Amino acid sequence: MKTPVSNMLLVLFASFIGSFGAVFLKSGAEQVRQGWLYLFISRKAPFFNWRLATGVALFLISSYFFVQGIRQGELSVLYPMVSLGYIWTLLWSRIFFKEPLTRVKFFGLFLIVAGVFFVGMGSK
Amino acid sequence: MSAAVTESAQISQQPARRQPVGLVFCCTILGAAAQILMKTGANHMAEPGLLAMATNLPLMAGYCLYGISTLLLVLALKDGELSLLYPVIALTYVWVTILSFLIFHDSINSWKLLGIVLIVAGVAVLGKGGKR
Repeated sequence: MKTPVSNMLLVLFASFIGSFGAVFLKSGAEQVRQGWLYLFISRKAPFFNWRLATGVALFLISSYFFVQGIRQGELSVLYPMVSLGYIWTLLWSRIFFKEPLTRVKFFGLFLIVAGVFFVGMGSK
Repeated sequence: MSAAVTESAQISQQPARRQPVGLVFCCTILGAAAQILMKTGANHMAEPGLLAMATNLPLMAGYCLYGISTLLLVLALKDGELSLLYPVIALTYVWVTILSFLIFHDSINSWKLLGIVLIVAGVAVLGKGGKR
Protein backbone atom coordinates (compact mmCIF):
# COMPACT_ATOMS: atom_id res chain seq x y z
CA MET A 1 0.00 0.00 0.00
CA LYS A 2 1.30 3.42 -0.93
CA THR A 3 0.60 6.56 1.03
CA PRO A 4 -0.93 9.36 -1.05
CA VAL A 5 0.84 12.72 -0.72
CA SER A 6 -2.51 14.39 -0.02
CA ASN A 7 -2.92 12.23 3.11
CA MET A 8 0.59 13.10 4.27
CA LEU A 9 -0.20 16.78 3.84
CA LEU A 10 -3.47 16.40 5.78
CA VAL A 11 -1.69 14.76 8.71
CA LEU A 12 1.15 17.30 8.62
CA PHE A 13 -1.41 20.10 8.61
CA ALA A 14 -3.21 18.46 11.55
CA SER A 15 0.02 18.26 13.56
CA PHE A 16 0.77 21.91 12.76
CA ILE A 17 -2.69 23.12 13.83
CA GLY A 18 -2.53 20.92 16.93
CA SER A 19 0.80 22.40 18.01
CA PHE A 20 -0.77 25.87 17.91
CA GLY A 21 -3.68 24.48 19.92
CA ALA A 22 -1.17 23.54 22.59
CA VAL A 23 0.32 27.04 22.54
CA PHE A 24 -3.10 28.63 23.06
CA LEU A 25 -3.96 26.11 25.79
CA LYS A 26 -0.72 26.95 27.60
CA SER A 27 -1.20 30.73 27.36
CA GLY A 28 -4.84 30.33 28.37
CA ALA A 29 -3.87 28.10 31.30
CA GLU A 30 -1.67 30.86 32.67
CA GLN A 31 -4.75 33.07 32.94
CA VAL A 32 -6.88 30.52 34.77
CA ARG A 33 -7.90 31.55 38.26
CA GLN A 34 -7.50 29.25 41.19
CA GLY A 35 -9.97 26.42 40.85
CA TRP A 36 -11.14 24.71 37.72
CA LEU A 37 -14.64 26.12 38.04
CA TYR A 38 -13.19 29.33 36.63
CA LEU A 39 -11.74 27.56 33.62
CA PHE A 40 -13.16 29.79 30.91
CA ILE A 41 -13.32 32.97 32.97
CA SER A 42 -10.09 34.93 32.83
CA ARG A 43 -8.64 37.32 35.39
CA LYS A 44 -8.57 40.33 33.12
CA ALA A 45 -11.13 41.89 30.78
CA PRO A 46 -12.86 40.65 28.62
CA PHE A 47 -13.07 37.92 31.32
CA PHE A 48 -13.90 35.16 28.87
CA ASN A 49 -10.76 33.11 28.41
CA TRP A 50 -10.68 33.20 24.61
CA ARG A 51 -7.18 31.70 24.52
CA LEU A 52 -8.40 28.45 26.09
CA ALA A 53 -11.41 28.44 23.80
CA THR A 54 -9.15 28.95 20.77
CA GLY A 55 -6.88 26.13 21.96
CA VAL A 56 -9.81 23.71 22.26
CA ALA A 57 -11.16 24.79 18.86
CA LEU A 58 -7.75 24.24 17.22
CA PHE A 59 -7.53 20.76 18.78
CA LEU A 60 -10.96 19.89 17.35
CA ILE A 61 -9.98 21.17 13.89
CA SER A 62 -6.70 19.27 14.10
CA SER A 63 -8.40 16.00 15.02
CA TYR A 64 -10.77 16.42 12.05
CA PHE A 65 -7.84 16.70 9.60
CA PHE A 66 -6.03 13.87 11.40
CA VAL A 67 -8.99 11.50 10.98
CA GLN A 68 -9.33 12.50 7.31
CA GLY A 69 -5.60 11.96 6.82
CA ILE A 70 -5.24 8.49 8.34
CA ARG A 71 -8.20 7.08 6.41
CA GLN A 72 -5.85 6.09 3.62
CA GLY A 73 -2.17 5.26 3.62
CA GLU A 74 0.41 3.57 5.78
CA LEU A 75 0.38 4.36 9.48
CA SER A 76 4.16 3.80 9.60
CA VAL A 77 4.46 6.88 7.38
CA LEU A 78 1.60 8.90 8.85
CA TYR A 79 2.14 8.39 12.60
CA PRO A 80 5.67 9.85 12.66
CA MET A 81 4.25 12.92 10.91
CA VAL A 82 1.84 13.31 13.82
CA SER A 83 4.73 13.22 16.23
CA LEU A 84 6.34 16.04 14.27
CA GLY A 85 3.76 18.08 16.17
CA TYR A 86 5.88 17.56 19.30
CA ILE A 87 8.84 19.13 17.51
CA TRP A 88 6.80 22.16 16.39
CA THR A 89 5.62 22.54 19.95
CA LEU A 90 9.21 22.46 21.22
CA LEU A 91 9.98 25.36 18.87
CA TRP A 92 6.92 27.37 19.88
CA SER A 93 7.67 26.81 23.60
CA ARG A 94 11.07 28.35 23.01
CA ILE A 95 9.77 31.26 20.92
CA PHE A 96 6.57 32.17 22.79
CA PHE A 97 7.25 31.10 26.38
CA LYS A 98 11.06 31.36 26.50
CA GLU A 99 11.30 27.83 27.88
CA PRO A 100 14.85 26.45 28.01
CA LEU A 101 15.65 23.70 25.52
CA THR A 102 17.71 21.22 27.47
CA ARG A 103 19.54 18.09 26.40
CA VAL A 104 17.10 16.04 28.51
CA LYS A 105 14.14 17.38 26.52
CA PHE A 106 15.78 16.62 23.17
CA PHE A 107 16.69 13.11 24.28
CA GLY A 108 13.22 12.35 25.69
CA LEU A 109 11.56 13.74 22.57
CA PHE A 110 13.85 11.70 20.30
CA LEU A 111 12.88 8.48 22.12
CA ILE A 112 9.16 9.33 21.90
CA VAL A 113 9.26 10.19 18.17
CA ALA A 114 11.16 6.96 17.48
CA GLY A 115 8.61 5.07 19.60
CA VAL A 116 5.64 6.52 17.72
CA PHE A 117 7.38 5.57 14.45
CA PHE A 118 7.68 1.93 15.54
CA VAL A 119 4.09 1.77 16.82
CA GLY A 120 3.09 3.00 13.36
CA MET A 121 5.33 0.36 11.73
CA GLY A 122 3.55 -2.37 13.66
CA SER A 123 0.07 -1.01 12.91
CA LYS A 124 -0.13 -1.96 9.20
CA MET B 1 25.06 20.59 30.13
CA SER B 2 25.49 23.66 32.32
CA ALA B 3 22.14 24.99 31.11
CA ALA B 4 20.44 21.79 32.22
CA VAL B 5 22.11 22.00 35.63
CA THR B 6 21.06 25.63 36.24
CA GLU B 7 17.54 24.86 35.15
CA SER B 8 17.10 21.93 37.51
CA ALA B 9 18.61 24.03 40.29
CA GLN B 10 16.05 26.76 39.63
CA ILE B 11 13.20 24.29 39.55
CA SER B 12 14.27 22.71 42.83
CA GLN B 13 13.97 26.09 44.51
CA GLN B 14 10.30 26.60 43.76
CA PRO B 15 7.77 24.75 45.88
CA ALA B 16 5.89 22.33 43.61
CA ARG B 17 2.23 22.28 44.56
CA ARG B 18 1.13 19.89 41.90
CA GLN B 19 2.98 17.47 39.77
CA PRO B 20 2.23 18.44 36.20
CA VAL B 21 3.76 15.30 34.65
CA GLY B 22 1.50 13.15 36.86
CA LEU B 23 -1.52 15.16 35.71
CA VAL B 24 -0.63 14.63 32.04
CA PHE B 25 -0.16 10.94 32.85
CA CYS B 26 -3.80 10.76 34.06
CA CYS B 27 -4.79 12.81 31.02
CA THR B 28 -3.35 10.17 28.66
CA ILE B 29 -5.19 7.32 30.44
CA LEU B 30 -8.48 9.22 30.08
CA GLY B 31 -7.65 10.05 26.46
CA ALA B 32 -7.00 6.39 25.66
CA ALA B 33 -10.24 5.31 27.38
CA ALA B 34 -12.03 7.98 25.33
CA GLN B 35 -10.61 6.59 22.08
CA ILE B 36 -11.63 3.04 23.00
CA LEU B 37 -15.16 4.20 23.86
CA MET B 38 -15.43 6.14 20.61
CA LYS B 39 -14.26 3.10 18.65
CA THR B 40 -16.85 0.95 20.46
CA GLY B 41 -19.50 3.57 19.71
CA ALA B 42 -18.52 3.73 16.05
CA ASN B 43 -18.72 -0.07 15.81
CA HIS B 44 -22.27 -0.02 17.17
CA MET B 45 -23.48 2.75 14.89
CA ALA B 46 -25.89 1.42 12.30
CA GLU B 47 -26.15 4.54 10.14
CA PRO B 48 -24.26 7.83 10.14
CA GLY B 49 -25.92 11.07 11.18
CA LEU B 50 -26.02 13.57 14.02
CA LEU B 51 -28.98 11.98 15.82
CA ALA B 52 -27.37 8.56 15.71
CA MET B 53 -24.22 10.10 17.18
CA ALA B 54 -26.03 12.02 19.93
CA THR B 55 -27.89 8.91 21.11
CA ASN B 56 -24.79 6.73 20.99
CA LEU B 57 -23.86 6.30 24.64
CA PRO B 58 -20.25 5.04 24.29
CA LEU B 59 -19.49 7.76 21.74
CA MET B 60 -20.83 10.52 24.00
CA ALA B 61 -19.03 9.06 27.01
CA GLY B 62 -15.87 9.15 24.92
CA TYR B 63 -16.36 12.83 24.16
CA CYS B 64 -16.95 13.55 27.88
CA LEU B 65 -13.71 11.79 28.82
CA TYR B 66 -11.90 13.84 26.19
CA GLY B 67 -13.31 16.96 27.82
CA ILE B 68 -12.10 15.91 31.27
CA SER B 69 -8.69 14.97 29.90
CA THR B 70 -8.35 18.42 28.26
CA LEU B 71 -9.23 19.98 31.61
CA LEU B 72 -6.43 18.04 33.31
CA LEU B 73 -4.03 19.12 30.57
CA VAL B 74 -4.90 22.77 31.21
CA LEU B 75 -4.32 22.34 34.95
CA ALA B 76 -0.97 20.72 34.22
CA LEU B 77 0.07 23.47 31.79
CA LYS B 78 -0.72 26.06 34.44
CA ASP B 79 2.25 24.90 36.49
CA GLY B 80 4.47 23.11 34.01
CA GLU B 81 6.48 23.72 30.87
CA LEU B 82 4.78 23.10 27.54
CA SER B 83 7.95 21.75 25.92
CA LEU B 84 8.20 19.13 28.66
CA LEU B 85 4.53 18.16 29.02
CA TYR B 86 3.27 18.05 25.44
CA PRO B 87 5.39 15.06 24.30
CA VAL B 88 4.18 13.07 27.35
CA ILE B 89 0.78 12.89 25.60
CA ALA B 90 2.38 10.23 23.36
CA LEU B 91 1.74 7.82 26.26
CA THR B 92 -1.79 7.64 24.82
CA TYR B 93 -0.36 5.40 22.05
CA VAL B 94 0.88 3.00 24.71
CA TRP B 95 -2.50 2.69 26.49
CA VAL B 96 -4.45 2.46 23.23
CA THR B 97 -2.18 -0.34 21.95
CA ILE B 98 -2.54 -2.29 25.20
CA LEU B 99 -6.30 -1.69 25.55
CA SER B 100 -7.10 -2.54 21.94
CA PHE B 101 -5.14 -5.75 22.37
CA LEU B 102 -7.16 -6.62 25.50
CA ILE B 103 -10.59 -5.46 24.28
CA PHE B 104 -10.63 -5.74 20.48
CA HIS B 105 -7.96 -8.48 20.32
CA ASP B 106 -5.90 -6.39 17.91
CA SER B 107 -2.54 -7.98 17.23
CA ILE B 108 0.59 -6.93 19.09
CA ASN B 109 3.89 -7.46 17.32
CA SER B 110 7.53 -6.74 18.04
CA TRP B 111 7.41 -3.34 16.27
CA LYS B 112 4.57 -2.15 18.47
CA LEU B 113 6.33 -3.55 21.53
CA LEU B 114 9.56 -1.74 20.62
CA GLY B 115 7.60 1.46 20.06
CA ILE B 116 5.88 1.17 23.44
CA VAL B 117 9.20 0.63 25.22
CA LEU B 118 10.76 3.66 23.50
CA ILE B 119 7.79 5.93 24.28
CA VAL B 120 7.79 4.87 27.94
CA ALA B 121 11.55 5.44 28.11
CA GLY B 122 11.17 8.88 26.54
CA VAL B 123 8.43 9.86 28.99
CA ALA B 124 10.58 8.59 31.87
CA VAL B 125 13.46 10.78 30.67
CA LEU B 126 11.18 13.82 30.45
CA GLY B 127 9.56 13.04 33.80
CA LYS B 128 12.93 12.78 35.49
CA GLY B 129 14.07 16.03 33.87
CA GLY B 130 10.92 17.76 35.06
CA LYS B 131 11.23 16.80 38.72
CA ARG B 132 11.33 19.71 41.13
